[in-house]
Amino acid sequence: MDNYSIVVQNLSKEYGSFSALSNLNLKMQGSKCVGFLGPNGAGKTTTLKIFTDMIKPSKGHIFINGIDVNREKKKALKSVGVLIETPEIYPSLTEREALSMIGQIKGIPKHDLDSSIKKVVEKVKMEDWLDKKVGKMSKGMKQRINIAAAILGDPDIILLDEPTSGLDPRGMSEVRDIIKELKNENHLIFMSSHILSEVSDICEEVAMINHGKLLAYGKISDVVSKFYVEKENVVELSFVSDLRQSSIKAISKITGVKKVDTIDDKRLNITIEGDQKKQAEVLSSIVKLNVGLISFKPSSGLEEAYLSAFKEVT
Amino acid sequence: MKGEIDFGDKNTVPNDFIQTLVMTKYASLDYLRSRRFFILLIISVLIGILLTGIVAYFRPASFLTSSLSFYSSWWSMSVTFIIILSAVFFGGDAISGEFQNKTGYFLVGNPIKRSSIYIGKFLAAFLFSLIIFLVFTAITVGNGVYYFHSSGFPYQFFESFLLSILYIAAAMGLTFFFSSLFKNSTTSIIITVILLLFVFSLLQTLVGTLAHIQPWFILTYGAQAISNVLSNPYPPAVVSASIAPHAAFSISSYYVRLGEGVIIMLGYFIITTIAGLFIFEKKEFN
Repeated sequence: MDNYSIVVQNLSKEYGSFSALSNLNLKMQGSKCVGFLGPNGAGKTTTLKIFTDMIKPSKGHIFINGIDVNREKKKALKSVGVLIETPEIYPSLTEREALSMIGQIKGIPKHDLDSSIKKVVEKVKMEDWLDKKVGKMSKGMKQRINIAAAILGDPDIILLDEPTSGLDPRGMSEVRDIIKELKNENHLIFMSSHILSEVSDICEEVAMINHGKLLAYGKISDVVSKFYVEKENVVELSFVSDLRQSSIKAISKITGVKKVDTIDDKRLNITIEGDQKKQAEVLSSIVKLNVGLISFKPSSGLEEAYLSAFKEVT
Repeated sequence: MKGEIDFGDKNTVPNDFIQTLVMTKYASLDYLRSRRFFILLIISVLIGILLTGIVAYFRPASFLTSSLSFYSSWWSMSVTFIIILSAVFFGGDAISGEFQNKTGYFLVGNPIKRSSIYIGKFLAAFLFSLIIFLVFTAITVGNGVYYFHSSGFPYQFFESFLLSILYIAAAMGLTFFFSSLFKNSTTSIIITVILLLFVFSLLQTLVGTLAHIQPWFILTYGAQAISNVLSNPYPPAVVSASIAPHAAFSISSYYVRLGEGVIIMLGYFIITTIAGLFIFEKKEFN
């Protein structure tokens, strides 16, 4: 398997005449985060479920560290942490008991179990709830425990299916930080998400799938350039105070500004025609207008590439 | 946490047996704290109290003629009902709930075979059914000792006791089978209840009484050995009678032999457990 951590080989899944996955091939290795993108029904969750033997493939194989998941599930998933959809936990168990159960299944030695649980609950900020019953917790809290269960035992590979689902904005931000931290700790993370900004923020690579077929896989910049020819850039501008109409008008008149969209009273999206040099000129002109510009955030292009990719195939 | 199982070396996924015990432990904790356990405990205690009151107040002859007649009357009329209730309460949604409530998503993605989850949950359900059964047995034996002292303890009751444990395993096997067949807990529970309480009895009547065929393929027929062993003498294999003198139409009553009862219950336990395991192994979480 050429030392790849994950190898997806000619993977297909059919439900009668409907093909959920069609001849999917993918290889991943190293310590990084790979975003798994695609519209609803594209086959993301199906793929992740086959990874964990929740569903069986009609054809093909998934090898994790060289071991076929379908043939030797226990061995293959030995160093894999999993969060698929939003699992429920036996409601009468406490957080500690639920994590102990998973820890014991994973084979964390007795003398390490308490410290391993403590480590993961601190990461997901659930240490104050250790002895409370899971049934009394909110959806967001349960999702944090699910994340804790996935990373319990320090797995090499972490499979996450929309991990921020059900979390409030603060929870989402914390989970993103956890994933970034895990990435830096030598984990390979394969994460499906609908939130493109999340993927571009956390992941270095992205795999795009639609109608069960892989459209692209590679570094975000490579995938973006495959689907999106950068003729224009979208930049988000933030201002110190509410913008006047006259200021917006002045910005829209700057040479190179193609379009101005108001996000709210203090933020604008501007579309700039031309290359990066042109972008620098435009931003410089906005600063000279003295309208209180405090920051600007260029788009990664992933959203544009995503829209372009799925517009092309649908 | 106290009571943890030692797994030995680091990074070693425990063997299937240990993982099954882990599942049994946590499924048992779930049952222990569940409302259904206490409801069933209350039901079996209430049945025991009701029978205690009836026997103490009315002193029915059928109960108090001999120790065997006491255990026969007390045990035969209630124990199979308690066993069926236990099987349905603890096994009815044991597997279907993993799909419907999505608790399976928390477990199945880990390095554990589905068979370990199934067997672990089965053992927990069996254990808790056994607890309910033992509570009822204690009330029965308590009354028996009160009326007939320990010298009047018939060996047939011990046989019936062991057959009842076998019936718990068989009924639990059947409920787990239906639970793995459906993804909806209500469906699996309703079908099991209807089957064990009504359909089997109806089939037994139609097949045995009217068609004169020994209903060896029906679990509740096999479970009749629980009460048959408490009859002295043991009932004949079959009793046929015309419904009227010179009538062409007759009815038959079949009484399962002890060995047949054991084989039927054992057969149900083995076949339904293997079938349930097979279905759960193949079933997809989608």
